[in-house]
Amino acid sequence: MDIPGTYVFDIPRARRGYGFNRMAYSLQDPANRAIYLEDELAYMRRFELSEAQVAAVQSRDWLTLIKEGANSYMLMKLGATIGVGHYHQGAQERGESYEEFLATRNVPGAT
Amino acid sequence: MGKIVAGIGSSHVPGVGRAYDLGRQESPAWKPLFDGYVPVKKWLEEEIKADVAIVVYNDHGTAFFFDRVPTFALGTGDVYPIADEGWGPRPLPPVPGDSDLSAHIARSLVEDEFDITMCYDMPVDHGLLTPLPLLWSHDPEWNVKVIPFAVNVLLHPLPTALRCFKIGQAIRRAVESYPADTRVAIVGTGGLSHQLNGERFGFLAPDFDKEWLDRIVSDPEGLTKLSHDELMLRAGAEAVEVIMWLVMRGAMSPEVVELHRNYYAPLVTGMGLISMVDA
Ligand SMILES: [Fe+2]
Repeated sequence: MDIPGTYVFDIPRARRGYGFNRMAYSLQDPANRAIYLEDELAYMRRFELSEAQVAAVQSRDWLTLIKEGANSYMLMKLGATIGVGHYHQGAQERGESYEEFLATRNVPGAT
Repeated sequence: MGKIVAGIGSSHVPGVGRAYDLGRQESPAWKPLFDGYVPVKKWLEEEIKADVAIVVYNDHGTAFFFDRVPTFALGTGDVYPIADEGWGPRPLPPVPGDSDLSAHIARSLVEDEFDITMCYDMPVDHGLLTPLPLLWSHDPEWNVKVIPFAVNVLLHPLPTALRCFKIGQAIRRAVESYPADTRVAIVGTGGLSHQLNGERFGFLAPDFDKEWLDRIVSDPEGLTKLSHDELMLRAGAEAVEVIMWLVMRGAMSPEVVELHRNYYAPLVTGMGLISMVDA
């Protein structure tokens, strides 16, 4: 089934996203987070990201990353390293500013 | 003999753990969530007095990466470390296990033809840790032992809702065949409505959530007929994790009595809480 605006994480998608997701998974180690922050591109080159994934990370283009196979929990781990909250990522995936997104919520203060 | 003494359904959301660690229980934005847990925690401590909590949860690419994904995984260790999901580990003591009961459950499930992955050494993430301190105390040590039971709800194909219900029934048979008089609570975590990817990020469905809370009590067999597609369409892609509540419900008797309920949907997740005992 195709649900508009939804990217179901299945084996083909996991295969496509493997390089990016493997890189983001490694950021559970604080030592790796420090190395990442020192030189983002060099860190990404240690994993087999596609060029589209590298470009999307560099431009903080979260929706493109999802389309390129990123898992949302791996986006969260990358966000934790670079200081971008998951609601900010989600707002951008919706095509909204963070403020516009919060305005759609029942209790915007619960962040 | 072992006995299932309580069933609980609870959402698990990283933001709740953060709010808890920051002491925001009384803040207006969070009070309606945390207040719901207060009577449940008191009831568990004063009346239920469980020795062990089996917590049915999903790992979020924390202990398991997409290189190898077990459909059902049972913790068999004596202690489970607090995971670092990227923000550093939460300030909680490591979670004590009950390796003897785990070994018994593993044997019983496999003899019952439910094949599981056995995990002796496994960090636990927000899937397990979000509800745990809201239900049990940890000052300075946890007042309950925990057996993690992880379900793959990340990498499709996922187990069916019916399979989850049936493995819950098998967990009950395992607990009831344990020679020691161990009191076991079972917690199903995850959901309710939410979606965390794509243009549909933030999708909420309070009507679905209300129906789920009603039917997890009165019509669990009906819920086992819901397909993953139907769950994702009606409640959001990540809402499919509600199937883990059916593991808990399968471990309860066919008729149950609901004792507590709470619901709050401030941001991107319909956060449900329910407690029940065998009728
Ligand atoms: Fe989850």
